[in-house]
Order: sequence, then C-alpha cells, then structure tokens
Amino acid sequence: MKKDYLKEFPRELEDEAIYIIREAAAQFDRPAILFSGGKDSITLVRLAQKAFYPGKVPFPLVHIDTGHNFPETITFRDKLVAATGLELIIGLVQDDIDAKRVAEETGKFASRNILQTTTLLRTIESLKLDACLGGARRDEEKARAKERVFSVRDDFGQWDAKNQRPELFDYLNGRIRPGENVRVFPISNWTELDVWNYIREEKLEIPSIYYSHERPVIERNGVLWPYSDFIYKDADEVVQTKTVRFRTVGDMSCTAALASTASTLEEIIEEVIGTSVSERGSRLDDQRSEAAMEARKAVGYF
Amino acid sequence: MDVFRIATAGSVDDGKSTLIGRLLYETNSITTDKLEAIERASQRKGIGFLDLSLLTDGLVAEREQGITIDVAHIYFNTPKRKFIIADSPGHVEYTRNMITGASRAQTSVILVDARKGIIEQTHRHYFIANLLRIPYVIVCVNKMDLVDYAEAAFAKIKSDFLKLSARLPNTQQQIVVIPVSSLHGDNLTARSAKMPWYNGDPLLTLLELLPVPAARGAFRMPVQLAIRPRNESHHDYRGYAGRIASGKITVGDAITVLPSGRSSRVTAIYKNDQQQPVAYDRESVTLTIADDIDISRGDMLVRNAELPGLKSEHKAFICWMDSQALDPGKSYLIQHGTQRVKAKVTHVNFIQDTATLQQVVPAAALKMNEIAQVNFKTAKPLPADAYCDNPANGTFILIDEFTNNTVAVGFFE
Repeated sequence: MKKDYLKEFPRELEDEAIYIIREAAAQFDRPAILFSGGKDSITLVRLAQKAFYPGKVPFPLVHIDTGHNFPETITFRDKLVAATGLELIIGLVQDDIDAKRVAEETGKFASRNILQTTTLLRTIESLKLDACLGGARRDEEKARAKERVFSVRDDFGQWDAKNQRPELFDYLNGRIRPGENVRVFPISNWTELDVWNYIREEKLEIPSIYYSHERPVIERNGVLWPYSDFIYKDADEVVQTKTVRFRTVGDMSCTAALASTASTLEEIIEEVIGTSVSERGSRLDDQRSEAAMEARKAVGYF
Repeated sequence: MDVFRIATAGSVDDGKSTLIGRLLYETNSITTDKLEAIERASQRKGIGFLDLSLLTDGLVAEREQGITIDVAHIYFNTPKRKFIIADSPGHVEYTRNMITGASRAQTSVILVDARKGIIEQTHRHYFIANLLRIPYVIVCVNKMDLVDYAEAAFAKIKSDFLKLSARLPNTQQQIVVIPVSSLHGDNLTARSAKMPWYNGDPLLTLLELLPVPAARGAFRMPVQLAIRPRNESHHDYRGYAGRIASGKITVGDAITVLPSGRSSRVTAIYKNDQQQPVAYDRESVTLTIADDIDISRGDMLVRNAELPGLKSEHKAFICWMDSQALDPGKSYLIQHGTQRVKAKVTHVNFIQDTATLQQVVPAAALKMNEIAQVNFKTAKPLPADAYCDNPANGTFILIDEFTNNTVAVGFFE
C-alpha cells in the first residue's frame, strides 16, 4: 500500500509546468528548449507538446554538444527529433576549443562540463534567444533550490543569486532589457521520483542507458566510471564489465554508473524510492566543491 | 497524490532549520551523500554538531553569514502526501521574502521559542499569514526541553497567541498550537512521552491529515494565448489556453470575455488531445467556443452567471518589494491575471506596522518591506475580485517599466 501511493504522479505538477511553458511562449520572442537527451528534457518536450496541442511546439530544441556524449543519447536525440518534427540546433563545444575560446582540462578528472557554458552563451547570442527552457529541478541541488522559475541572466549570461525578482503566486515577470535573457524552469517543483512516475504514466521513451546493461567500467574510489575514449586511465586501473545503469545523463567523462539490475521503469522507480544517495551524487561535476553549482550558475551555466 | 504547500519563516536561533532538518531526517528524505556533505561542512566550520541549516541555506553568502536570505524550496514525501516547504528568513528586512514564500502556502508553520514567548517576529509572521489568508496556521512552541516540558509555559504562550489572533481581521483561519522540541524530536513525527499532558497530533501527522483547502471563488480563466494550428487536421481550430484560476467550467456554459464583454458558449474543454466535460481550478486547459470573437492574451473568461465587477479605481493592501521607494508621481505596470496595464498609486491610506499591528499615517514614501493600504487607478478596467472572496483572482503585482523589476505585490480589498 505504502509504496503504491508513492508511485502516483501528482497531476497538479503537470498543470503548473504547462502554465509556465505557455507563459514562456507568450512573454518571449525567441524561446528555445535546452535539450540534453536526458529524462528531464525529454519530459519538457512532452509537456510542450501538451501545452500547445493541437498546434505545434513553437520552440526549437538546442543541444549543447560536448562531443563526450553517450552514443545512445545521440541516437535517441535524433530519433526524438524525427518523431516530433521539432527543429534541432546544435552548439558544439569542439568549435570553441578549436577557436581557442576555451581550453580542454587535462589530467585524471578532466571533463568538458565547465566548457559548455561558453558554448551555451555563444549559441544563445548567435540565435538571439531571449528565453531558454531547461529541465533543472530545485530538489537536485541546494543552489538550484534558490533559483526562480523565470531566472533573469544579464548581458553576459550571469546569474545574480542575491538580486532575484520575487515570484509571487503564479505571476511570472519576463520583462527584460535587450541582451538579457531568461532561463525558464517549468519542472522546478518536481522531484526525481515525480519525473520517473511521469515517464511511466506517459509511457515516454528514454535513452537505453537509463536501463540496466553490461558496460566496461573503471572502479575509482568506490565509484564506477564508464570506460570510453574520453576518460583518462592510469596504468594500474583495470577495466571490468559490470551490470550498471545511469541515473542522470551527463558527459561520459563526468557521469558515474550505478550498479543496478533495474531494467524496467517499475524497477527503476522501486530503486529511486529505496535509494539513500541523491541523484547528483553521481555527478563528478557537482562534487568539485560545496558551491560548485552556484559558481557555475553565476557565470551562465544551465 | 496530493501536493501540500507549507511556508516556514524564522531566524537563525529559533530552531527552524533544525525542525525542517528533523522532518526530512525522520521521513528518510535526506540522502547519505547530502548528510555527509553537511557533516564535512560542519566540521570545516568548527561546529561540533550537524548543522542542518547548511541543507537549506543554498547560497555561499548565506552559509558564510549563517543567515537565510532568500526563499528555499524543500521537497519531501511521506506515504500520504508530497510536501513542498517554502522556507524564508524571518527578520523585518526580509518581509518581502516572507510574503513570497507564503504566497502559495496552504499552511503556515510559525515557530515560537518556549522561553521567549510571543515576540515581535511572531506578530509579523502571523500578520502575513493572516493577510494572505493562509487556511491553516500551525504554531510550534519550540524548545520545550528548555522549559522542562512544562504545561504551564505552553498554556501561557497558546493563550497569548490566541489573543493575538483575535486582534486580526481574518478569523476564518484554523489555528493549531503544538509543543515541540525540534532538537530532541518531541511531537514532530510521534507523540512525545515527555509531554503526556498534550493530547493533540504531532506536527507531521497534522500535516498529513489536514484536508487540502477547498478552492473558493467563481470561474476565472486568464487567457495565456490563443492556439491556432492552421494545419490540415485542425484547419479551423481556434482554442484559448490558460490555467483556470478559480471555479469550475462545464461544456455548454455561457461565458463572457472581459474586458470586451462579448459572450459565447464553451463547445469543448481540451487537455492535450483529450476532451473532458468539466474542468476545475488549477487545471491548465484549452477551451473552444461557439462564436468567432476576438480573444487574446490579457483577456479573462468568466461565466455569465458569475460576472465580476470591472473597475479602474481600486483599494488594496500592497507590500513594497523594491529598493527604490514607491514614487507617487510615477506610473507602474500592474499585472492582474495575464493582463498588464499602466497603474498609478493615488493615495497611501496607511502603513501597517507588522510588529505592533498599528496602522500608521505615512510620513514618507513607501519603502521596501513595508505593507500599506493604498488607492490606485488603472488605465483599463480590471475584472478583479476582492482577495477575501476569491484569493486566486484577488492579487496583482506591480512592475517598474524601466528597471523591469517586480516592485510590489497587492491584494484587492
């Protein structure tokens, strides 16, 4: 009995998200959905389809591509684009590396996570986007818990955490000056469990890496790293094959795998209900310091 | 599954973070990695105990200064409900954050230190809960361990609080007073053996059992946008999308578009590709109507049987939220529903002192964090209801046209 109730999606959250997405469409000239191929952005696409039915979703998808994606995610992305007929715009981190606007990190824990911000801001500017819809949730991280649903970024893409507009009742104030833009977070109030319940109730397709599979991994400080060309391996580190799945979809270089045999949505939901580790506990990018997320957001990160 | 929204407010030393931390801890809502991160951070700061405020104080500046500045949102589930806590700071200079946090709450949780009793801050928190007509107010008399769990200390505070509540206008609120010790977990998730004289429910049980407040008010739907697909399968489709602020709409109902006053009839209610015969408050829907009349963003749909007044001159309570004081000579944008029009404050009737609960004649311009009753006029008539009759259609915000800041929130009288 107890667990079944936790497996019910609170419908009120869908009504709220659709309201926010419609406000974004109404208040901005050039909005876009930031699409990573992860479960949260897949949920956003579904909500946007519902918000404008039977009309078309009036936004393109923008993918900031680090080049270090799981190949399964890219396959999934292209399939979703073909099925929905949405426009896909890709911003390549490699272009910024080639142009020497950013430099690759080196060493054992090198990742392109930080580099994405430059590509994201350049893409926003070149497309003249005034709003970017993202799938960030407040339960993910303590700095995100403080962010508004309509989060204003200045001309340099920066987030001023101490000077945010108050958001009262359902009112969303998206008035901005030229050059500024707004990040819009329709599923701010959803938790990881809400997203999974929604995916199950809506029968959404998700990339295969969310389900249990066999994969070569390196065990490092008790954490399982997916082995790929993008990861540095010490001579004494051993690649072994394990049965794993992923809780979040980030880069192959900063997303840890979870030893799991959950191969259906039902089993994943059981696992999420029973877990004692948070979702972003598997993201190396968040573990760098206590304020890693706030520091990245301040300069323009998602 | 229900969603239940709670507002908490408080300052550093009243045990609010500990109380929230306890609720999360005892409902298994803190994961081990987050707990370990707090442990590490507590050690670094040289604190001997687990500082649960580090869980909610998400910004560097908050952790450095050891204060809550901005509203944080905290999520947890029990098998009965999903809870969203909007946790805000409690000092007078953060009144605007308190109102923000409380703006969507169904329950206000107010903490009182058992040693100090009702203080100025209690007045402020309760005044805001009362002004916003939050349906339930739960007063947690905390730190009962420091007064030896004495019933007399609790009874005195309870009686003082009920006297306070009798002085304020909204008497519809349900008030519950609970003796707790958040440090020791007394009466939070289970009845405390140390206070056998208390017969009521512990805090969490109460939060799980309080009925979701019934929505009030007639059908009001601000139109967000018109949906005109112009594709082959829906060539002539014209729908009006919005979230129903209040009330109920049924297919076949006669409706009026405001402010134009034109009438028609609802032919279908869509939710995605599904049609439904009826829709209620808080649902995001798309309506189609029988006649081809002009409807666009900013309009409001109402039922013919429940017409609101259309007024250009208004009286309201407002809380000023911007560092630039109210400029009486300046016009602002008012947003009511999805409508934005120019507005000008014509008179500040009085400023409400939230500590003494006195109404003060304004000596200077209305400043940040001050609450006042004002008269104002709008460039177009607005289909607003009084906040006490229909909270969802009785609020507005003011926007500064030049800085684009949200400078005030208001409640129509």
